[in-house]
Amino acid sequence: MDLSLIIMQLLSGIALGAVLVITALGLTIVFGMLGVVNFAHGALFMIGAYAGLYLASLTGSFWWGLLLAPILIGGFGMLIEFVLIRRLYGRSIDDPLLLTFGLSYILVEGVRIVFGSDGIPFPTPPQLIGVLDLGIGFFPRYRLFVIALVAVVLLVLWLTLEKTRIGLIVRAGARDPTIMQVLGVDIGRVWVAIFGLGVGLAALGGVLAGPMRSVNPEMGSLVLAEAFVVTVIGGLGSIVGAVVAGLMVGISISLVALFAPEMATIVMFALMAVVLLIRPQGLFGVRGRTA
Amino acid sequence: MPKFGPTSKISRRTALAGLSASAALLAMPRLGRAADETIRIGFPTPLTGPFAAEARDQVKCAELAVKLANDKGGIGGRKVELLVRDDKLNAGEAATRTLELIEKDKVHAVVGALSSAVQLAVNEVTRARGVIYVSISQSDTINEAKDFSKFTFHEALNPHMTTAAVARQTLKKGMKVAHLVADYAYGHEMLRGFKRAQAAIGADNVGEILHPFGAADYSTFMPRLMSMRPDVLCISNFGRDQANAIKQAVDFGVKQQMKIVVPVILHNQRLAVGPDVFEGVVGGANYYWGLETQSKSAAAFNSAFKAANGGAIPTDYGAYGYSGVGSLLQAMQTAGGTDTDKVIDALEKLQYDLTKGPQHYRKCDHQSVQPVLVLESKKKSAMANDNDLFAILANDTGSDDMLRSCSELGHAT
Repeated sequence: MDLSLIIMQLLSGIALGAVLVITALGLTIVFGMLGVVNFAHGALFMIGAYAGLYLASLTGSFWWGLLLAPILIGGFGMLIEFVLIRRLYGRSIDDPLLLTFGLSYILVEGVRIVFGSDGIPFPTPPQLIGVLDLGIGFFPRYRLFVIALVAVVLLVLWLTLEKTRIGLIVRAGARDPTIMQVLGVDIGRVWVAIFGLGVGLAALGGVLAGPMRSVNPEMGSLVLAEAFVVTVIGGLGSIVGAVVAGLMVGISISLVALFAPEMATIVMFALMAVVLLIRPQGLFGVRGRTA
Repeated sequence: MPKFGPTSKISRRTALAGLSASAALLAMPRLGRAADETIRIGFPTPLTGPFAAEARDQVKCAELAVKLANDKGGIGGRKVELLVRDDKLNAGEAATRTLELIEKDKVHAVVGALSSAVQLAVNEVTRARGVIYVSISQSDTINEAKDFSKFTFHEALNPHMTTAAVARQTLKKGMKVAHLVADYAYGHEMLRGFKRAQAAIGADNVGEILHPFGAADYSTFMPRLMSMRPDVLCISNFGRDQANAIKQAVDFGVKQQMKIVVPVILHNQRLAVGPDVFEGVVGGANYYWGLETQSKSAAAFNSAFKAANGGAIPTDYGAYGYSGVGSLLQAMQTAGGTDTDKVIDALEKLQYDLTKGPQHYRKCDHQSVQPVLVLESKKKSAMANDNDLFAILANDTGSDDMLRSCSELGHAT
């Protein structure tokens, strides 16, 4: 087996991991800071893809879809937090879980009613059609773009959380909301923003995945499972964990596909099982954390 | 010489009268009930899951077949009713629903299923209960002696027929062929069919990759497939797997290096990913509406479907729903009712032409012998309208030669 093939395989793994990272990130942020296990995450990913497609066809440009869909769906997420989830804080963790679980059914069924269940073509933006000759092989331009965009999003997110005042409030609010309220911070506004951010990231993942997969109402269910696996491996609530685990899962799937392709899906669950046995809190998780 | 006197005459008359009266008494309610009783046909199909689009078309077409029969006054005066159940693409679910259809709803026959694994589960139940099952999903094994029973009929094409027809159109001696195959019954059977066909033609196998069923991402298989440097890539999977696999292969520039061939090219998946992605992809099909220029039955089927569905056109897997239910109803008409043995006998003798040309069920294995189409997806600029998806490369008239022999399948000949 020659080296260039393995490098190409690594690259497909990183591209695959990039989408996993984006979707798992939203899930882990919402859990880590709000203690909400968002079962509607996959459905919101799917809604993001549909919104991106709709906005792209409305404006005639993929780029508007890519920019506006996460903002729009993120806003929708804020509405969900404000109207529904907010009422369940302080209750058992099952309550928001059941709520979002039900919500996911409503969203999927709603899309089926509006757009039909057949699936819709999502064309690759014309600038990114085709392959790039890397010297050792060809790689789709669009997937290279996805890797780059996810890297930029991660950088912006990290800078915001670590280097800005807003980030400081968010991190402090996640650790001890009561103290923050005593200090005069409107913690409700922080919560709504975080949920909106998580949902916006799901939608961004959906728009990015659109040109790579067929867009259909059920596209989110598999994504939800993958995002959970990545979150569990990385540690629930850990942003660094989501990034490392996402790339790890992507690369593992890709390398396993080279030697035992039929095992490509199972490998991620095997990885999760091993991590749970050795480090139950996940690679970067905090032991005993229940949010 | 009369042995008995007048008394015996009376006694005979009395006896006859009594007999006929009691016969009438016995028969009347039964005949009456039989005439009233609707004919119930169970129809399990995966309304939810990755094959939902194809399943919904099956239901629409099956309902059309039932409606047309009822419009003509039913079968022998009895109304026909279709009982649709969601099998969720799950063998266990399908078996449970089928059992319910038989035990609780007392169906007279079962038609349906879309997945090769699920139809085998349905077949297990129906043959154990002695209920006729007309399968409308692709499978080779259902005709083999191991899974076959006299109650089992297979209206769909089988992988052996489709792959042979597709290979004849696309492969030449000395060509290099690679395979991307869904890792379950359907994919395995298609792969086996292709390999048999390519061996006969003299094409070389350069590699095969099995992918997990229902995978969303195929990018990880592409570098290796490209490194095999084949002339033809056969992608043997179904439903959304087909759409995703072809889309991602095209993203990786596969089409610049090789031709993409599929055993069954799916109408709905072509719609779901668009003309540019599918352009030039060749695959087999049981039906395509464009056949109406070559076949009167296709034209009739199209117009009946359009009338019932607001001008929409019927699709490939939809047509199976129509011919599966339609052939069964024709046999029930001939058999004069729902008596299982009589209907089986009628199905075995039936010559039918519902959607595309003459068909019949081969006696030994109950496989429907039928025309096989090979289609090529059209370039966007070559499409006359939104429904003009495919060019018909071949329309092979059905013949027993297309099938594996009865003895190869393990049937007594």
